[in-house]
Amino acid sequence: MIDFTHVSLRYDGAPRPTLDDIDLHVEEGELALLVGPTGSGKSTLLRATNGLVPHFTGGLLTGRVTVGGRDTAEWQPRDLADLVGLVGQDPASTFVTDTVETELAYTMESLGVGPQTMRVRVEETLDLLGLADLRNRPVTTLSGGQAQRVAIGSALTAHPRILVLDEPTSALDPQAAEDVLSAIRRLVDDLGMTVLMAEHRLERVVQYADQVVEIAAGRIVRSGDPCRVMADAAVVPPIVRLGRLAGWTPLPLSVRDARRRARTLRDGLPEVPPPRTTHAGLPGRVLASSHGLTVRYGRVEALRGIDFEARAGEICALMGRNGAGKSTLLSVLAGLVAPTSGTVEVGGVVPRRSTPRELVRRVGMVPQDPADLLYAASVAEECATADADFDVPAGTCAALLADLAPDVPASRHPRDLSEGQRMCLALAVVLSGSPDLLVLDEPTRGLDYSAKQRLGAQLARLAATGHGIVLSTHDVEVVATLADRVVVVADGEVVADGPAQRVVTGSPMFAPQVAKVLAPLPYLTVGQVAAALEQVA
Amino acid sequence: MRRPSAAHDFRHPRDLHPGAWWAWALGLAVAASRTDNPVPLVLLAVVAGFVVAMKRTDAPWARAYTMFVRIALVVVALRVVLQAVLSTNTQGTHLLVVLPQLPLPDWVTGIKLGGPVTWEAVLSALYAGGQLAVVLVCFGAANALASPRRLLQLLPAALYEIQVALVVALTFAPQLVVDARRIHNARRLRGRRVRVRTLFRTTAMPVLESALDRSVALAAAMDARGYGRTRHLPRSRRRLTSALSLAGSGGLLVGLYGLLSASIRPALSIGAVLLGLALATTALVLGRVRATRTRYRPDPWALPEWLVAGSGALVAAVLVWSSLHGTGGLTMPSATAVPPLAPVPLLAILVGLLPALVAPVPAASAATPAPRSVEVVPS
Repeated sequence: MIDFTHVSLRYDGAPRPTLDDIDLHVEEGELALLVGPTGSGKSTLLRATNGLVPHFTGGLLTGRVTVGGRDTAEWQPRDLADLVGLVGQDPASTFVTDTVETELAYTMESLGVGPQTMRVRVEETLDLLGLADLRNRPVTTLSGGQAQRVAIGSALTAHPRILVLDEPTSALDPQAAEDVLSAIRRLVDDLGMTVLMAEHRLERVVQYADQVVEIAAGRIVRSGDPCRVMADAAVVPPIVRLGRLAGWTPLPLSVRDARRRARTLRDGLPEVPPPRTTHAGLPGRVLASSHGLTVRYGRVEALRGIDFEARAGEICALMGRNGAGKSTLLSVLAGLVAPTSGTVEVGGVVPRRSTPRELVRRVGMVPQDPADLLYAASVAEECATADADFDVPAGTCAALLADLAPDVPASRHPRDLSEGQRMCLALAVVLSGSPDLLVLDEPTRGLDYSAKQRLGAQLARLAATGHGIVLSTHDVEVVATLADRVVVVADGEVVADGPAQRVVTGSPMFAPQVAKVLAPLPYLTVGQVAAALEQVA
Repeated sequence: MRRPSAAHDFRHPRDLHPGAWWAWALGLAVAASRTDNPVPLVLLAVVAGFVVAMKRTDAPWARAYTMFVRIALVVVALRVVLQAVLSTNTQGTHLLVVLPQLPLPDWVTGIKLGGPVTWEAVLSALYAGGQLAVVLVCFGAANALASPRRLLQLLPAALYEIQVALVVALTFAPQLVVDARRIHNARRLRGRRVRVRTLFRTTAMPVLESALDRSVALAAAMDARGYGRTRHLPRSRRRLTSALSLAGSGGLLVGLYGLLSASIRPALSIGAVLLGLALATTALVLGRVRATRTRYRPDPWALPEWLVAGSGALVAAVLVWSSLHGTGGLTMPSATAVPPLAPVPLLAILVGLLPALVAPVPAASAATPAPRSVEVVPS
């Protein structure tokens, strides 16, 4: 159905090809999963399936890409729209119309589908993706998960035979990701649709894949049966690492398979797990606190009577579905949003009433899109302006960056960096002011496993040196390895607040894979299991 | 066009045809352009405001009304202040206040800054500004009741490219404001107050960059979704279509300008409108052959639409007729006179309230009372 034959792609002026001799074949009705670190060419490969690369982006493509028998060299993307549905990384930026219902119909209108057929297909799709309640909603008011489902729906209404998805769940909370994935599975199982998908969050998708393709630096490293590829892939979900540790073959990919195998492992593990391999600091003084904090935007109450505390030496994770109020709470702490009522104090001052200069010594924030923080034309210039902004000796920011990510080229424009590199640059900028409290809004979004690991190690080191860290995230695995405390926010209220161990094991939605496999034993990470096995042996 | 019988029933919740709302608002705007008497002007603004209050939804574009009202107030204030500061003594005898006058060199004749301000000057500025303000309010009402994007969808297939360009522009203007606010906010996180000197580099550039990124993403998405699939037509045919539509819109523009400004003879401007319409229609019929697009759920044009559009047209017709015949007290005899009151135009304006009764409840507010969770943008 999708055939890449010796495909290479080089953008004009690029030192090396973005895709290098790719040979990829996806059969009809197959779900193929593309894995690999950021910047390895996954998005380019996906966009080559419907001809956006190179028709839209430019660049020189050699080799042959055919989809459903049509060669993309001869067919424009718009003429493949009836065959390939493409859903990009940021679905909200691709909406053309006003409301959900008209958005679903847009592709069909372009294809000239008859009015009666359009009505029927829109209704079918609304049901298939559970969007019926949202049909009249303006697309700008949708939450992340809703927007993702609408984007998938608007690709589906044209009845394409191939669906191409670029990280469909990376910005979503666990529940929304579950909804989207079950919709995709239904399409594959019931309609025999061919799906090609790239995703960093392997723990969510790998068990559904028929074929896994690992790609690095534009080349296919290995591909084939998921169990076989996972056996020696560089990026693997926790469940596979657990399987490798316990020596299970074939490797389990779902919690169900792993749990059936884990019986002997569970019996052999001590009741009390060793401490998680994070910084082992005791929570220190209170760095920030809020009492009865309420924030209203127009008629919408984003936060309602929040009592919150952040302490030195502690990593606190905020969890909760998209739109629950996590970003608002972080913005209040950083003085970007004024509380409607209630009090907030950060390091003895009221954030909204103090000058930015005073505030940055007490709290530093990396916003959801780290690019918001950056404005210089190169990395080196960015570091220099950061030194000037925070009145610190020249070179401070550059040194911090070298520590966080040694491989960032100083002459590159910040917009041309990979997600992970940009995150590190923003973090280095904020850390230049050496704030006591560090606030991060979804720092792991779009990061691959190794970038997440490096970021985690940095945050643990900062916490060990007495900084307080508050981060919001949807990533339960990050929480399991990193957080000391978890606060769950729902509908503007705190619904759970306590040690990470207790909160994440308390609900299946927030539990990491290892906890699900080993329950009732309170293990959260593969690291803990490894340490425990060493103790026993 | 299919006309389901339910469409005629105004108790049945659905979105009114955007063309009807715009026709109604245009009617009120034409009426406002025909009078400088504050009584009908205020009445027109009240009628527009009342209908918006009754029929608007929670959609983002419904906020346009408030924005337009603010702009209208600024227009009035600006006009009055400028008139007061720059007015000359020739404008009347009723002194309101004497401002300190700025001495100007002799060679500047006919201009003065400050000095005596007359009631006549201020009131005539107020009335003239009020006229423009009410026209703006009418446009705000149309924007709030029917999103301009839906109106653009009515553009015939031949003008599809123009429609898309306008849709993209309409998306980015508000998005630019949101981006600018977000990035400006993020500057606080760098520990500096934003200075005007560096505003361009630190805020405007990133905002423009992200707007550009977004446009490219949208264009790619539209391409992938089949935008621009066309049937092939000979070049001469395409050129003829473009020429006709250009000439047609030109005729329409001149004609409407004439009707609104009363500077061209009415017969002439009506003629121009008709000629423009004829040319444009021909262009559209020719152009339709090329496009392969279909329309999803085209809005029906049924009884409520006729009533809404008709009420606006009636208001416009009565006021235009009255002003042509010099009846109805639409022109102020002098700025300080008590505004004349004539029943016919005022009653006609009240007809503009009809949509509040006959327009169906919008589908969105009938189904969901208010969005439950809204993606939050820190402001």
